[in-house]
Amino acid sequence: MRNHVGALSAAALCLWMSAPQAHAQPAAVSDGVVRVGVIEDMSGVFASITGQGAVTAAAMAIEEFGGKVLGLPVELLHADHQNKADIGAATARKWFDEDKVDAILDVATSSPALAVLEIAKAKKKILTLSSPGSMRITNEACGPYVAHWAYDSYAVAHGTGNTLVKQGLDSWYFVTADYAFGHSLEKDAGDFVTASGGKVLGSIRHPVGTNDFASALLQVQASKAKVVALANAGGDTMNAIKQATEFGLTDGGQRLAALAGMINDVHGLGLLGARGLIITEAVYWDMNDETRAWSQRFFQRVKAMPNMLQAGVYSSVRHYLRAVQAAGTDETDAVMRKMREIPVNDVFFKNGYIRKDGRMVHDMHLFEVKQPSDSKGPWDYYRLINTIPAEEAFQPLSTSRCPLVKN
Amino acid sequence: MSTQSTVHGRSGLGTPTPAVIPGAVLWAAALLLAVLAPFALYPVFLMKVLCFALFACAFNLLIGFAGLMSFGHAAFFGGAAYVTAHAAKVWALPPEFAILAGVGTATLLGLVFGALAIRRQGIYFAMITLALSQMVFFLALQLPFTGGEDGIQGVPRGRLFGLVDLTDPLAMYYAVLALFLSGFLVIRRAVHSPFGQVLKAIRENEPRAVSLGYRTERYKLLAFVLSASLAGLAGSVKALVFQLATLTDVTWQMSGEVVLMTLLGGMGTLLGPVVGAALVVALESYLAETSLPVPVVIGAIFVFCVLLFRKGIVGEIAGILKRRA
Repeated sequence: MRNHVGALSAAALCLWMSAPQAHAQPAAVSDGVVRVGVIEDMSGVFASITGQGAVTAAAMAIEEFGGKVLGLPVELLHADHQNKADIGAATARKWFDEDKVDAILDVATSSPALAVLEIAKAKKKILTLSSPGSMRITNEACGPYVAHWAYDSYAVAHGTGNTLVKQGLDSWYFVTADYAFGHSLEKDAGDFVTASGGKVLGSIRHPVGTNDFASALLQVQASKAKVVALANAGGDTMNAIKQATEFGLTDGGQRLAALAGMINDVHGLGLLGARGLIITEAVYWDMNDETRAWSQRFFQRVKAMPNMLQAGVYSSVRHYLRAVQAAGTDETDAVMRKMREIPVNDVFFKNGYIRKDGRMVHDMHLFEVKQPSDSKGPWDYYRLINTIPAEEAFQPLSTSRCPLVKN
Repeated sequence: MSTQSTVHGRSGLGTPTPAVIPGAVLWAAALLLAVLAPFALYPVFLMKVLCFALFACAFNLLIGFAGLMSFGHAAFFGGAAYVTAHAAKVWALPPEFAILAGVGTATLLGLVFGALAIRRQGIYFAMITLALSQMVFFLALQLPFTGGEDGIQGVPRGRLFGLVDLTDPLAMYYAVLALFLSGFLVIRRAVHSPFGQVLKAIRENEPRAVSLGYRTERYKLLAFVLSASLAGLAGSVKALVFQLATLTDVTWQMSGEVVLMTLLGGMGTLLGPVVGAALVVALESYLAETSLPVPVVIGAIFVFCVLLFRKGIVGEIAGILKRRA
């Protein structure tokens, strides 16, 4: 009798415990949770443009779904790769192998991102990238489950190069950081300038992390080029802009374009230092009511307005969850098929779509930094000069070196 | 310094003291632990620990036993990683030859660096090694085959001797463990050999070693080259473990990180660098998923350790055991 009771209660306990699993079965979600992760630079030089802002953007996308998709909880993991590719790679491997992460939806900076990309390809998991700009992601390294989201170096070089020449600013001089990223920016932008009928008068290279742009700027001023393009990033861009303003470059009628600039750089420099600067970005917080409302909520949590990387993380997480919902599962193939099928439509990106090579195609915008007198307050920095339509903004599929395109 | 030389003399395996049996048992237990570890902990993490442990041991051979403070070891570590990655990916060499190519490069670099640097002492020695390693960093940034700041990615692990499939995490782990142990044993052998005794003599008092008739330059150069090739072995293995080689491995910060590991664990002890490397790698990996700023935490621990136990973790423990005995 006692045994009976024991067996019965054990059976009841089993039934009760297995009940939620039984509910989860039809949804076909692995281990009853949709787990996504982002790997950012949380404490280094890129922490302000990716970091906590990117994590918050991902969290806001999940909150939009009430923290649930298909009735099951969505869990967000984040990690700090400390700008080391091996930490990024080890984290991604562990997430996929042990923590049952279903997709990684951003990895900051190119070398950790490319490392995670190889792992995602091998493990057949979805990876979207907003923060890195390397063209390798949609060319040599492309993969069937990889999407490159917010921008790439082609898009910013093209947006700035092409548009300015068409506006009559047809003679260019480059100030280029002496490493692969700088060289490729200079080459891409230079090609667009000459292709649209402009002229590249010359370029001057500087070592990465230099403090002194004086000789470069004097040479640039003497060249009388209409556009001075900065093919560098981060601290180098900031220093170059600051010193260019001190040298009276923009006051002398030359235009300064930061090819890899972002709104955070403008905020760091202040309007007095950055006035007149030209920047290509995919989004701006102050575009319409929708973007303003979202960005205000973002601002309350991060104390900064979102840049295109962070907006991209929000967009890709949201799109991933929509695809999971539509597919009724978190199985990689089914979700990726839906991600390619459904257009990307959210606060920042309208009618975007993922191409064969993994490029998420959307409009890009060319902005000019306002004069201090025109700005109404903090973060009121950009004036829209031009919108580059989606079809023109990115590398044409015909020139892609991605093996998936040819098949 | 003089106290440390007696400490590591005792801690070594097989020294003809009454402690030989417990010592051997301890080493056997450590080996067993290393063999069983991948079933409890994540293998990739353990492989990373082993790579950095070997790197720190190689560095320790130079600073702990020869008293030479190199600030350019990242060049050997990262340089070998690049060559191994390129050899495995582009030349499609099997892993054993890819590693050999990496170690060969590191050895050659070590010969050049060493020949130049040992002519000076102290801070000048450190500065020469730093300057030379910055040249290697520049090459890694600029040469077309390195992929600039993207690095070399997607390096195939291949089959060891055409037999063992290294894509299997356990197989890779045991291969890394075997390489680590062989590197560690080479260092142990070197330290306990007459060659090691001369190194210690040079560390304590170079003019006296010269007066005894030793050609100290040659000993220092040999120690430098040995240290460089073992650092290269660590870098080569790391390139295969993570299937990538990036600028992280050749930056001067990496040269600093290995100093940190060695000092934390205990400079001039055989096991110290292993403990230090395990500690730093564990902090980097496990703090990555918390909201704590990793560099600040590691920095604070370093300051704490340097102030409170100057001989490092293993050095202090060995000191306590010695006082008890």
